[in-house]
Amino acid sequence: MKRRPFASFLFRHPRLALALLILPPILWLSIVNLGSIASLAVQSFFRLDDFTGMVVREFTLDTWRQLFTPANLDIIRRTVVMAVCVTLATAGLAFPVAYYMARLATPRVRAFLTLAVLLPLWSSYLVRVYAWKLILAKEGVVSWLFDQAGLTWLLDGILEMPLIGGPSLSVSWIGIFLAFTYVWLPYMILPIEAALEKVPESLLEASSDLGARPRETFRRVVLPLAFPGIVAGSIFTFSLTLGDFVVPGVLGNSSLYIGQAVLAHQGTAGNIPLAAVFTVVPMGIMCVYLVLARRAGAFEAL
Amino acid sequence: MPDDSPTPVVRFRNVSRHFGDVRAVDDISLDILDGEFFSMLGPSGSGKTTCLRLIAGFDTPTSGEIDLHGAPAGRLAPFERDVNTVFQDYALFPHMTVGENIAYGPAIRGVPREDRERQVAEMLDLVRLPGVADRKPAQLSGGQRQRVALARALINRPRLLLLDEPLGALDLKLRQQMQIELKGIQERLGITFIHVTHDQEEALAMSDRLAVFRSGRIDQIGTPAEVYENPATAFVADFVGISNLVHGPDAQAITGSPAPFTIRPEKIRMLAADVAPGPGDLTVDGTIQDVVYLGMHTRYRVTVTSGAVLTVVAQNREAAAGDVQALRGHPVRLSWPRDQGRPVENRS
Amino acid sequence: MRTVRRRAPWSLKAVVAAVILFLHLPFALIVLYAFTTEDASYTFPPPGLTLRWIQAAYNRPDVWEALGLSFRVGATATGVALLLGTLAAVAVHRSRFFGREAVSFMLLLPIALPGIVTGIALRSAINLLDLPFSFWTVVIGHATFCVVVVYNNALARLRRTAPSLLEASMDLGATGGQTFRRIVLPNLGTALLAGGMLAFALSFDEIIVTTFTAGQQSTLPIWIFTQMTKPRQRPVTNVVAVFVVLLTTIPILLAHLLTRRDDDRP
Repeated sequence: MKRRPFASFLFRHPRLALALLILPPILWLSIVNLGSIASLAVQSFFRLDDFTGMVVREFTLDTWRQLFTPANLDIIRRTVVMAVCVTLATAGLAFPVAYYMARLATPRVRAFLTLAVLLPLWSSYLVRVYAWKLILAKEGVVSWLFDQAGLTWLLDGILEMPLIGGPSLSVSWIGIFLAFTYVWLPYMILPIEAALEKVPESLLEASSDLGARPRETFRRVVLPLAFPGIVAGSIFTFSLTLGDFVVPGVLGNSSLYIGQAVLAHQGTAGNIPLAAVFTVVPMGIMCVYLVLARRAGAFEAL
Repeated sequence: MPDDSPTPVVRFRNVSRHFGDVRAVDDISLDILDGEFFSMLGPSGSGKTTCLRLIAGFDTPTSGEIDLHGAPAGRLAPFERDVNTVFQDYALFPHMTVGENIAYGPAIRGVPREDRERQVAEMLDLVRLPGVADRKPAQLSGGQRQRVALARALINRPRLLLLDEPLGALDLKLRQQMQIELKGIQERLGITFIHVTHDQEEALAMSDRLAVFRSGRIDQIGTPAEVYENPATAFVADFVGISNLVHGPDAQAITGSPAPFTIRPEKIRMLAADVAPGPGDLTVDGTIQDVVYLGMHTRYRVTVTSGAVLTVVAQNREAAAGDVQALRGHPVRLSWPRDQGRPVENRS
Repeated sequence: MRTVRRRAPWSLKAVVAAVILFLHLPFALIVLYAFTTEDASYTFPPPGLTLRWIQAAYNRPDVWEALGLSFRVGATATGVALLLGTLAAVAVHRSRFFGREAVSFMLLLPIALPGIVTGIALRSAINLLDLPFSFWTVVIGHATFCVVVVYNNALARLRRTAPSLLEASMDLGATGGQTFRRIVLPNLGTALLAGGMLAFALSFDEIIVTTFTAGQQSTLPIWIFTQMTKPRQRPVTNVVAVFVVLLTTIPILLAHLLTRRDDDRP
């Protein structure tokens, strides 16, 4: 056998070989991933000089204080409320589908449904939002449906309602709500399905053997076991809604959501510090949420 | 170790391998001679597989020296050693055909294609698997894959072949057939085979010499007959075949001395209670506790007068008479020649 | 293994069907709208159908420019991801080194954090370093999550490869490098292909991070986003939208099929 001194050396010093392998990724990670997050933190302690329009690179808590103005708190509140509503709606719609897929569908149907749920996830998120602009437009499908059913007065009534209405469905809270529910729905279906799949049939049989009627078995056995899956799904819907600027941008009016605020501030205004501060809000909320979710056992369901 | 003229293929000199507090291999010295079929036998965790990996080069000793072909192996990498291995799970490359798998070693060495193909065909004939060169490993049965693994190793004409429990995954008949084939190939090629197994029957059947491992040390090295007939320790007596370990007051009652000894079940004869034993034979009376009918032979457990339970095995020369269980509770006289009982040290 | 399945109530099946329809109808409508004769509004039902918008889209230079940028960014980001992701996966898989968990965690961050955080983080860095927006700022932004995708796929495949294969290769005379080339890489093959396709599709569709790192440049999603507020030639936007969906869905579907067949292999 030939002597291969270099290769042999590397074989005997696996740590050196490892170091060579990991050097490029580590460089990348520290510079890009860590570096950018550090920049974010650093920027949040700078401020924008209104007069010059430039970022002043000195430590200050001014920008953080700006977060607590009524207008900005309004933005935060609005976004959180939307996130909660969307989470509830997706959970409600996702559960029956997930239950059916996990426990009642034949393997072929289940494979088909899995693909049917995954396909929208894989297709363009932006296009899916855009589709709702078309659907909810004044002359679009929804109005036409209402018209055909003779319920145009109902539609007008909804649009008149304060807070959630607007000049058209495509420029209203309802519009934003519907679009969010639509795009995040697969993210809720899949974890719930995974959680429900893990429930052994024998548990349900035991429950009915002990005298529980189907509804009680559902309430006392199925639902609690599915709960971690619901929480896991909610992590997605909540965090995705908190940071989004596309849906409110396409279907909303002048009341801003966190994502739009961030986009606006870092844009022409160049107020990166304020944008950074605003970004920390959803991060902070999600941190708390994740801690709570971990307690609820969501991480096993992911 | 007596240093006879031919250089051993493998020499372990006080080799130890520690993993933290665990001594997987504990101060082992041994010589493996050129051209022999050597088995390392022992229960799992006894260090035999670690020794194999040390020889192959996948691991280095914590202390001690390993010599290969007379020269210290030192810190040679596996690809630098003239050693090849047949792995327990065969480790056939799934993305290559059988032919490409077997030709892997030559391909690495730069052997030209026609020569490679010729050698592959030769090897497939040797392991009696002609014509499968174009199939993928997934399409073969377990026994076939095992032969391909063997061919892949042998094509490199190593001076030493290591086999890590190669027959473990095969069923009984196939295993017995492969035992004979492996031995045949080894004798034909004259290569040294080192074979790791926990199956003592396999070790006895195939080896020229074997080593019995226990907890990182070797209890005994010898030919199969030596190890079986003259077990050095109680462990060897019990691990290789079945044995009766008699000590203390039971030994006193039977032999007159408290020194422990082992006696193989097939060496004990069962006599009817009134038959006289041979001169110089030891005897002891007892009652039959259990009877296990095994077709070829029958195994009895007999409680003797001193209270010990001895296992006795008798060949069924005549057809079994009706219900063997009826023998339970019968009195019987056991007897064996005194020198068949082997003194044993209780090494712990 | 479940043997007897209880029958699902009719109402449940109806709900499931409705939800699935809900998930898919909107896209069907976009396809429909790509062929409408009307160009300024979303009238339903469409007054007529025509193919001329496809031609119109073909003739729009801004569409081609955005498409070209998206392709170049996607290809480059995927290339970077394949290199870094594979190296990281091999390193994390092979050894237990100090900080291994940390490296794993840091690698996964871009996917775990909402896009806006990654976006603003990069924007902050760009501002801090006074970098100009360029092709490379976009690529770096995309590469952050592309690396994750390739890393995950590669790691999963490595974990399913028996370690004895590598030992066997070295036992037969191949050095570490030769083993990597002849055994590890081919074994990773389809996993890297799947990861690469997935990464490309994600990059092609990405809007959130891109908005923060592109400056004045337009990738195709950015182009669509800006078009959504302009009323002229809406159907052209629809045509482009359909095209984007096809271009993102098909690679992901293929990647899914590729990695799924793995699960059945022994």
